Amino acid sequence: MNRQNTFIVAIAVLAAISAAFWLLLVAPALTGNEINMPVGVTPQSVTHYELHMIILWICVVIGVLVFTAMFTSIILHRKSKGHEAATFSHSTRAEIAWTIIPVLILIGMAIPATTALVQMEDSTGADMTVKITGYQWKWKYEYLEDDIQFISTLDANSNAARQLHSGMDPREVENYLLDVDNPVVLPVGKKIKFLITADDVIHAWWVPDLGWKRDAIPGFINEAWTYIEEPGVYRGQCAELCGKDHGFMPIVVNALPEDEYRAWVAQQRGEAVAEAQAVHQDWTDEALMSSGSEVFASQCATCHQQDGSGLPPAFPALAGSPVATGPVADTLDIVIHGRQGTAMQAFSELLTATEIASVVTYVRNAFGNDSGDSVQPSDVTLHGGEDS
Amino acid sequence: MSSIADTGITHVHDDHDHDHKPRGFLNRWLFTTNHKDIGTLYLVFSLLMFFIGGSMALVIRAELFVPGLQLVHPEFFNQMTTMHALIMVFGAVMPAWVGFANWMIPLMIGAPDMALPRMNNWSFWILPFAFTMLLSTLFMDGGGPAAGWTLYPPLSLQTGNSFAFVVFAVHMMGISSIMGSINVIATIINMRAPGMTLLRMPLFVWTWLITAYLLIAVMPVLAGAVTMLLTDHFFGTSFFNAAGGGDPVMFQHIFWFFGHPEVYIMILPAFGVISEILPTFSRKPLFGYAAMVYATASIAFLSFIVWAHHMFTVGMPLEGELFFMYATMLIAVPTGVKVFNWVSTMWKGSMTFETPMLFAIGFVVLFTIGGLSGLMLAISAADFQYHDTYFVVAHFHYVLVPGSVFALMAGTYYWLPKWTGMMYSERWGKLHFWLSTIFVNVLFFPQHYLGLAGMPRRIPDYSPQFADFNKISSIGGFAFGLTQLIFVGVIVHAVWVSKKKARARVWEGAIGLEWTVPSPAPYHTFEKAPDIDESMVPHADEISH
Ligand SMILES: [Cu+2]
Ligand SMILES: [Cu+2]
Repeated sequence: MNRQNTFIVAIAVLAAISAAFWLLLVAPALTGNEINMPVGVTPQSVTHYELHMIILWICVVIGVLVFTAMFTSIILHRKSKGHEAATFSHSTRAEIAWTIIPVLILIGMAIPATTALVQMEDSTGADMTVKITGYQWKWKYEYLEDDIQFISTLDANSNAARQLHSGMDPREVENYLLDVDNPVVLPVGKKIKFLITADDVIHAWWVPDLGWKRDAIPGFINEAWTYIEEPGVYRGQCAELCGKDHGFMPIVVNALPEDEYRAWVAQQRGEAVAEAQAVHQDWTDEALMSSGSEVFASQCATCHQQDGSGLPPAFPALAGSPVATGPVADTLDIVIHGRQGTAMQAFSELLTATEIASVVTYVRNAFGNDSGDSVQPSDVTLHGGEDS
Repeated sequence: MSSIADTGITHVHDDHDHDHKPRGFLNRWLFTTNHKDIGTLYLVFSLLMFFIGGSMALVIRAELFVPGLQLVHPEFFNQMTTMHALIMVFGAVMPAWVGFANWMIPLMIGAPDMALPRMNNWSFWILPFAFTMLLSTLFMDGGGPAAGWTLYPPLSLQTGNSFAFVVFAVHMMGISSIMGSINVIATIINMRAPGMTLLRMPLFVWTWLITAYLLIAVMPVLAGAVTMLLTDHFFGTSFFNAAGGGDPVMFQHIFWFFGHPEVYIMILPAFGVISEILPTFSRKPLFGYAAMVYATASIAFLSFIVWAHHMFTVGMPLEGELFFMYATMLIAVPTGVKVFNWVSTMWKGSMTFETPMLFAIGFVVLFTIGGLSGLMLAISAADFQYHDTYFVVAHFHYVLVPGSVFALMAGTYYWLPKWTGMMYSERWGKLHFWLSTIFVNVLFFPQHYLGLAGMPRRIPDYSPQFADFNKISSIGGFAFGLTQLIFVGVIVHAVWVSKKKARARVWEGAIGLEWTVPSPAPYHTFEKAPDIDESMVPHADEISH
């Protein structure tokens, strides 16, 4: 009678707890919100998704069983129901069982986990290599075989909406915080190797649909790889705290079929050639100022602010600053080489000579700075990092 | 307590004054060497820190209530996440456990006081200075630390001059913890009453003994790491600066060599408290006492060889990742033993559900959820997706809030009548439990979804696709925070208002030396060592063969 009673209660509790878990795991999805890891579009993302689902279900089953035992006891073995306490205080057999069984379950989990890891770490046999460099707070992409490189930053709409008291509704901005000016374009059906590093602090490059993230560490080059199976746009974010705009350096991968990808490469190389020629041209003041204001908005305004007022003491003002109003050489020097130990990076790695010339012209003649001089691309000598 | 009667103090009517407490506020609290007073100081201090750290969490949750930036700048947001963690870890949870150790260890092993009472005073009084210094950085030029409580370089080296204050504050907390641990170890090893053999000690004492060794082993490591940051920042060394031949990843290895044991420092005493409370209210001895002790020791040992599971994405060699994955998974075995033994302790008991028991049951359920998500995080390939997302935030808050903090609350309700001599309000205690349990889940459960769906941690703003669960989480956060005011109310009521006197053995099923002294526990207890016989050792039959 007693045994049977326990059994019936246990079944009822099991049903109730399973229902509760089901509700927690499944019901939120009915609200239309994403609640699970994406399956993704690469062999790794699929493996990692499957691994995640295996361990999730093992954990759910363990949890349901433990809680069933516990709540069965809570229902039956209470003083108010007149249940008298048993006196047992140990059972060697039971304790051995619940040491050995978990070990077996863990071994069962370790096997697929090991296979997945071995797959992830094998970046051999890649068709192409992209070097990714994290900066505060943007990404640089270099296509080593095709000699293409560009910077990718938060797109202008998101950037405007995300300012404190911007008065803009983020919901109105398409792909708010997950859009960039220059997405990284990759071919589908190719094994792509990534070399991941950083210039200032540690960042982490993460696109959930590719199935992994990897830290970008100054002074180190990490390897990772992907093989995208479906064309599409895949969005991600920096995943390692990297300073004030850590939440504002998204990643967008645009995966194209092979032929479209080749067309994109050709177009990029054409632009690179045009840019190289621009260095030897003389620019008008107006042209320098207008291109400079664009560069300033995308590269400098996050820290030095749109009106050059800065955020002292970490990010000095440029309006009336000694560096921006003193000798041209000083302004150029700090823009080209950066300042060690601060967020001011060496822009020789990030901008072309033309861009540096125009932005330096701009900061020396905007925000009430009136040096009146202009800097031509030919005045800019980049040491390393720039080959145009 | 016959020795108390002949002290010559003549306050006949007020039995609180029989025990020659020092006169005057300063004498009583600033210069005290009494383990109970120092325990009270620690507990009050940590409660204050719990509210300061909690209000920082509410700044975070308020900013995350809807997408877009409404309240604070990102740099201040980062200071809040950093300070919230530093305050909660070093200011709230750790000192609270030291407070419990001070109050209860001498009472549980039959010792008259802690072994090193003057050092005890000193180890507490360092803390208010350390935390004043830490909090003052928020008002300095350039603001407080904003690189996360993990202080990873190179980012942490971008902190302004306030960084030196942060480092010195961490040093002071470390010194305080080490002194506290030395005291705990010396007390447990040397001051047990005759007959209180090691394997007769209550599990809370065991877990604290092991915790104290962990603290002594790892706090100096943290001190070394932050000192290297200090010299890198101010004196031009390059320990962690790749451009100068240093290694930023080395910091992470050193930090987590401290950091992983640190999480057990916060949870092992919780295991101890739960192992006291469940038997009392189940009216049945703790199941598998010896296994519980060995499981605690194994967890402590394993905690030294799993640190790199916090950094699977830094790019370790395959062999390293496999080792740290397997070692981390192994921790599930002794932790599982604990959970199974707790359930077996309840099984076929004669349970009642006073507030301490409710919190203990809440602990077992919710800690298990946190433990299981920890097992998922151990699988390094899957961790390449989980790492640094809200899934991790949900995981460690499940083990810390309905884990450590619930155990602290359970312990408070359990021993409050012993400390104050008065019964707290059971009705308000239960209300506190139910509201806390509901809202802690509203607060943290949706964060699992957010993390899996791709929301990184430590961001002040997010894509609108994450809006719904962030809003729910924020509502839970504010409700959970407000609920804690009930806790303060219950304590204030029990200390100053309650008229219901507590018996010596407050709970029907309670066994142990602390229940043999009157409530409130007299200012001096066990001046003459008590005799320990088998009747005081609930698990006597297990350890006798
Ligand atoms: Cu970042
Ligand atoms: Cu850990």
